[in-house]
Amino acid sequence: MSVKIFKINEDLKEFMPQEIVDLEEKATWGNPKRGVMDLPYAKELIEEHSLCAGCPESAAFRYILASLPNPEDTVIVNSTGCTSLVFPHIALHTVHPLFGNQNSVASGIKRVLEWRFPDKVKDVVVIAGDGATIDIGLDCTLQSFFRQEKITTICFDNEVYANTGGQDSGATPRGMEFKMAPGGKQWDKVPMWQLAIDSGCHYVARLSVSSPKKVEQVVKKAIYVAREVGPTYIHLYTPCILEIGLNADQGLWEMRQRDKERFKFFEYMTDEAKEVIERKKKEGLL
Amino acid sequence: MPEQVKTEKVRYNRMGQRIVSPDYLLFEAPRTKHFITGSEAVKEAAKRASVDASISYPITPQSEAAHMLGELWREGYIGVYFRGESEFGVMSEVAGCAMAGARTITTTSGPGTLRAMELFPMWAGSRLPIQLVLMARGINSPLSIQPDNLEIYFLLDTGCMVWHAETAQELFDMIIAGFVVAEQPDVHVPVITAIDGFFISHTREAAYLPPEDIALPPYDPYKAPMPPIDMEMPPGRFMRDPFVMKSNYISYATHASWQFEVRAAIERSRPYAKHYLRGLVEHFGDPEGEVLFIASGTAAAQAKEATQILIHEEGIKARVLRIKTIRPFPTEEVREAVKGAKYIFIPEFNVIGWLEREVKRALYGYTDIPIFGTPRVGGGMTMPPEFIVQEVLRIIGKEVKHVG
Ligand SMILES: Cc1ncc(C[n+]2csc(CCOP(=O)(O)OP(=O)(O)O)c2C)c(N)n1
Ligand code: SF4
Ligand SMILES: [Mg+2]
Repeated sequence: MSVKIFKINEDLKEFMPQEIVDLEEKATWGNPKRGVMDLPYAKELIEEHSLCAGCPESAAFRYILASLPNPEDTVIVNSTGCTSLVFPHIALHTVHPLFGNQNSVASGIKRVLEWRFPDKVKDVVVIAGDGATIDIGLDCTLQSFFRQEKITTICFDNEVYANTGGQDSGATPRGMEFKMAPGGKQWDKVPMWQLAIDSGCHYVARLSVSSPKKVEQVVKKAIYVAREVGPTYIHLYTPCILEIGLNADQGLWEMRQRDKERFKFFEYMTDEAKEVIERKKKEGLL
Repeated sequence: MPEQVKTEKVRYNRMGQRIVSPDYLLFEAPRTKHFITGSEAVKEAAKRASVDASISYPITPQSEAAHMLGELWREGYIGVYFRGESEFGVMSEVAGCAMAGARTITTTSGPGTLRAMELFPMWAGSRLPIQLVLMARGINSPLSIQPDNLEIYFLLDTGCMVWHAETAQELFDMIIAGFVVAEQPDVHVPVITAIDGFFISHTREAAYLPPEDIALPPYDPYKAPMPPIDMEMPPGRFMRDPFVMKSNYISYATHASWQFEVRAAIERSRPYAKHYLRGLVEHFGDPEGEVLFIASGTAAAQAKEATQILIHEEGIKARVLRIKTIRPFPTEEVREAVKGAKYIFIPEFNVIGWLEREVKRALYGYTDIPIFGTPRVGGGMTMPPEFIVQEVLRIIGKEVKHVG
């Protein structure tokens, strides 16, 4: 466990910014039972975010970071997109590699960490947009599943290339109009959760981030299964309120609508994954 | 016995090889004669370099070297190895390996290099001391696998060091030196060790190798200027205000200075490269030579042959300045070497003449000596020494006496 790295030299403490001191004193380290219920009390691992006001991706970040069972030994790999500006605010080791190669970089990191630290648990989590995961990075994403890399991949699906100003992506539903689909997108939304199952993921979940508790559960399950069995995949609906023309306070409402249809909660697990999940439940960790 | 063994406790790497200093491994250890290909030179070097990780993808002519790195993994010399999904994937995977603190090597050629292109500046900007052994081959037009080193040109300004070996022997030594130089804390950028594919990768030559039970000291990621991504030290990239990705003056200045810093790191590699490569250049032939070839890689080997013919059969004083490092470019060495020359010839195995551009840039305003970017062959054509001699004689207006 590397909690030590957040300890501040006593002589320097008075010069440290308050948020760094809080990380040592008030963050939840070394406790796998941490979760979204700590949010009002504990120091969060994300300091600020640079997303639009009310962007559901900011909620997703907060819930995920609050739910990591082992943050002191977790590395996060991201990709290019709205979320990439958030990563420097996260108090963990994060990498911005390039647009679309996040699962390849994560594969290299995970394998080397296993080789360098055979006696430690080091979790590697990928967080990337739908464009990064499903379009430009699909090859790297699926290949990491084929290779059974022990990493958790989380896709922030806002059904659009948001950061570049609103172009249709593979995750955009048919008919929806964006700037490179004049007149509406002509093809169906890619069922990435299904591709993940077919490509060898051992735990797959699809949901919106309307329910913090649900996000916590799937994140923990996915990480525990990835640790022991193989790749896991979480597909989160994080609507781009800017591009679909909603106000800052309408993200939750939008997600609740989609919870009833194309983002209806869906969960899949292999027998090996089930065994891990049942065991973790018995241990009180889920 | 290496000095450090007398004074310090003997250390072994994970494979049980005795750890020796880079100087001992490169210069002092007894060597025995072997008859190896360039691909085997990669294996022999990696075997003695305490390599942690390697990822491969097939493409001629580098595949064989990559196979052998896989064999080293099976034997336990390398910690992590697999075949990636494409060169873009592989160069991303090795980036991940290096970020996580591994000494990392990979190989590629021609179209593979271009497929992976987006990664090389990323490696450099992330200060990853990855070693890429580049076995140059033609770039698709529309399909070519022939020997041709045009691709090296595309790599010159990626922020990576680029070295060019002439022989399998030199490739062996350069790979070992490459790790040592690239991992210096004040350098810490990737190194691309290039050879001309087929000519070096697939031909056998005598090479002198140190014993296989000694190896370089393992890589220490905690000496790196950027913290490894392993959650074992404070997350250095945690910053409250991520100015690096904002559109404002500070962000622009940061990006500009970081690009300069990456180039400055290559500059700082000079003294190390000079030491471990025994100079950034090699001089060959008659020191008074008025015909001066400036060349690298296989073209330099051919120029040396041509120099012998010029001296011994044509009675013309000739010499070769062989460039070992294209990045950093040995500007001072080139300026010094041209003194006394009457003609400069730059033979190359590519149609654009990237070395000619480099040399002309280094010499602009320093000399009036005419510079001829010739002969230049590409697409797999050979460059026989006699052909070089003919070109020289034709240009300097001398009668062709012996070759024809
Ligand atoms: C190779 C490459 N192509 C294109 C881009 C431009 N680009 C940057 S972010 C982005 C959109 C990202 O979309 P997504 O992954 O869905 O994330 P979002 O911004 O929607 O959160 C694109 C196309 C890039 N940075 N690199
Ligand atoms: S553009 Fe859309 S996805 Fe990006 S931060 Fe704004 S609301 Fe969120
Ligand atoms: Mg998106």
